[in-house]
Amino acid sequence: MNAMSNDIHLLTGAYAVDALDDLERARFEAHLDVCHDCRVEVAGLREAASTLTDATAVAPPAELRDRVLADIAKVRPLPPLVTSHVASGAPGRASRRRWFPVLAVAAALALIAGLVAVQPWRDEPERALTATERVLEAPDAESVSLTVAGADTTVVRSKAEHRAVLVAQGMPAAPADKVYELWLQDETGHLEPAGLMPQGPDHTILLEGDASASTGVGITVEPVGGSDRPTSSPIAVFDFSEATT
Amino acid sequence: MPDLTPVPSEPTSEGTGALNLAELLRSSSRGDQSAFARLYDATSARVHGLVLRVVRDPAQAEEVTQEAFLEIWRTAARFDSARGSALSWLMTIGHRKAVDRVRAAEASSRRETKYHDQTQPVAHDETAEAVTATLEAQRVRHAMESLTAAQREAIGLAYYGGYTHTEVARMLDLPVGTAKTRIRDGLIRLRDTMGVGE
Repeated sequence: MNAMSNDIHLLTGAYAVDALDDLERARFEAHLDVCHDCRVEVAGLREAASTLTDATAVAPPAELRDRVLADIAKVRPLPPLVTSHVASGAPGRASRRRWFPVLAVAAALALIAGLVAVQPWRDEPERALTATERVLEAPDAESVSLTVAGADTTVVRSKAEHRAVLVAQGMPAAPADKVYELWLQDETGHLEPAGLMPQGPDHTILLEGDASASTGVGITVEPVGGSDRPTSSPIAVFDFSEATT
Repeated sequence: MPDLTPVPSEPTSEGTGALNLAELLRSSSRGDQSAFARLYDATSARVHGLVLRVVRDPAQAEEVTQEAFLEIWRTAARFDSARGSALSWLMTIGHRKAVDRVRAAEASSRRETKYHDQTQPVAHDETAEAVTATLEAQRVRHAMESLTAAQREAIGLAYYGGYTHTEVARMLDLPVGTAKTRIRDGLIRLRDTMGVGE
């Protein structure tokens, strides 16, 4: 994304005060992993923003203290970060088909946990980018945005990385006993299963399969567990011929 | 503003207060609940005040503050004093939770009511307004005064309003891309005037 790459350092301030949307945030965090200057700047700007809170302090009700202390008694603190083990969502090809639904959901959940968890600081730059981050940060990344069922959705594809990522914000729940399934479309119009969307409104999902030659991405509503081929018309088709870089 | 609870952290100095918060976080990460209770006592007004400012609804703000402290407890081991102050780390978690809450609420109301018209009142200079009493606040006010009105407005909408820079640009009728620069330039000046960060 050329415009994005040129400007990306200017997002430090907006990032420091949480003024990026989910897609920008995911991209900027991928950038932070590799840009020491931006990490330093973000830290300084967060210090600056936190000085503003001196003037807005309001003591919470006393009961809240009891609730918080009761909460923490039931929760184990996480260990320090040693290295990041975010799933790449790229299981071996031979077994992929059989394990696909489980792996796809597990990978998506891991990615969501990685991307959505509040992370005041990014990991050290030495850690490898996840497949999702590599797509979002790829110089050749191209994206198509659509409003699907009221949700803001964007598909980002990198031919060089061979993968596509769907970022959805505010997806309504699928109908009872149904699930959203993602598809990669080839030039003949054939749709290849590319994963299931987990429940919940906000996702960043690495699509299964090689997306480098795909002409588009579709979403259909399928019975729980997903289908091998679509059983209903797509609720959305992201046409890569309309993608912007 | 209701009474301000003294905060034993001076983000601008390496005083013992700042060391205390970091130390309390470290003890918390090892499961020390009484250390965490002291941390809560020292910082809850500051976290809750910011959350309330963003979320506005008091009942929801309490939930968000509760979530934020649970997150602080869970992730205390990830705090690293070499990379910033404990206070900034806590406020970042609280702010992010608050923003997530208002955006989730907005997304669900948008689904229910088709598209929502962009008629949020464009905020007056909320940031400057908020900054009133206390000595530290006087320094903050002084620093805020060094910003341009346009920078203050953009930072206020982003930080207290929870709007994205794209929304801020639209609300202020700016070209897309201008708001993010204003927010950054303003925060840089605030940082340099307050002598925090690097």
